[in-house]
Amino acid sequence: MISDRVLAKLKAAAERPDLSATRYRLLGEIGRGGMGVVYLAEDAQLGREVAIKVLDEDSEARVLASLEHPGIVPVHEAGVLPDGRSYYAMKLVRGTRLDVFREIAASLPDRLRVFQRICEPVAFANARSVIHGDLKPANIMVGEFGEVLVMDWGAPGAGTPPFMAPEQVNGEQVDARADVFALGRILAILLEREEPMPKPLASICRKATQPDRALRYDGALAMAADVAAYLDCLPVAAHRETLWERSARLALRHRTLLALVAAYLAMRLIVIFWIRG
Amino acid sequence: MGKLWFGILLGGILGILDGLTAWFTPAVRSQIAGIVVGSMIKGAIAGAVAGWFAKKVNSVPLGILVGLVVGMLLAYGVAALQHGYYFEIMLPGSLVGAIAGYATQKHRPSRAIS
Repeated sequence: MISDRVLAKLKAAAERPDLSATRYRLLGEIGRGGMGVVYLAEDAQLGREVAIKVLDEDSEARVLASLEHPGIVPVHEAGVLPDGRSYYAMKLVRGTRLDVFREIAASLPDRLRVFQRICEPVAFANARSVIHGDLKPANIMVGEFGEVLVMDWGAPGAGTPPFMAPEQVNGEQVDARADVFALGRILAILLEREEPMPKPLASICRKATQPDRALRYDGALAMAADVAAYLDCLPVAAHRETLWERSARLALRHRTLLALVAAYLAMRLIVIFWIRG
Repeated sequence: MGKLWFGILLGGILGILDGLTAWFTPAVRSQIAGIVVGSMIKGAIAGAVAGWFAKKVNSVPLGILVGLVVGMLLAYGVAALQHGYYFEIMLPGSLVGAIAGYATQKHRPSRAIS
């Protein structure tokens, strides 16, 4: 009788790609996703480590290769294994997954800046009619210097429930606003530690995750622009602010000037009422 | 409006307002016209230096520092001519310079459309 553990090991061994005909040497498994398995390999020709993704369908490599952006993992090479499965070699991404990063990121502005960088490659791809369809923290890597790489492109049908837009769940045609929905969920996760969550940011999340896509942001860039506005103490399009909120925002935006004017007035009052007394 | 002219205008206006506060000091109230003009010129010069600096260097803290130092030096000159009122002249003069330094750094000149 074979135990489940042994069975799993045998299955993994059988799935291990045969890279003997390629320039890559298999080093180990990195992770598994809905569309394939990612392995760590060494490029024998260039003497560097790469990631090899083995897929049942070969659409992803072509999608990725068509997207040249600093926030999208570049593809080095694509091919077919002896067993008929497709593979592609890509840059080995070193960094922290977003779901881990959110635990260690120091400040709210740091997390928001990373979020803006996530929006950039998504907007870039959307502008080329490529929908990610499975945006989630596990598919986003944050590098040592805050650089962001969005992974797992080419699977718009896949999706992960909490991040899937209603139209995606219903199997309808999706557009850029499906990615906006996922970005809204991701932003909410990045803001989980904020108690209470700033109202403008809550409004951004709410607008991005509207069940009716017509009420969402048109695209990732519009959403990123609202986050940038919040960071710069400017009005956020998704949020209708009260007079008090507007005053507080303006005071925060011009805090240095207010401090200088207050210092001047305080000094003048001291001179007039105290020294001249 | 460019940063230099913005600095001169703002420094001049702040100088006028600063000079008008002399009205609260009865001993010098009779000389208020001269004080306002002198304060305006002092503010305009500090604003000009701050505006020129803002054109060369994009840094709010450095802009404030430059405005503060120039305002203080000019105010020191005025106080030395008066043989007194060092505290009353130098401190506001420095702060007016600092405000001009901040404002010129933040000012975004409008561009002419050709």
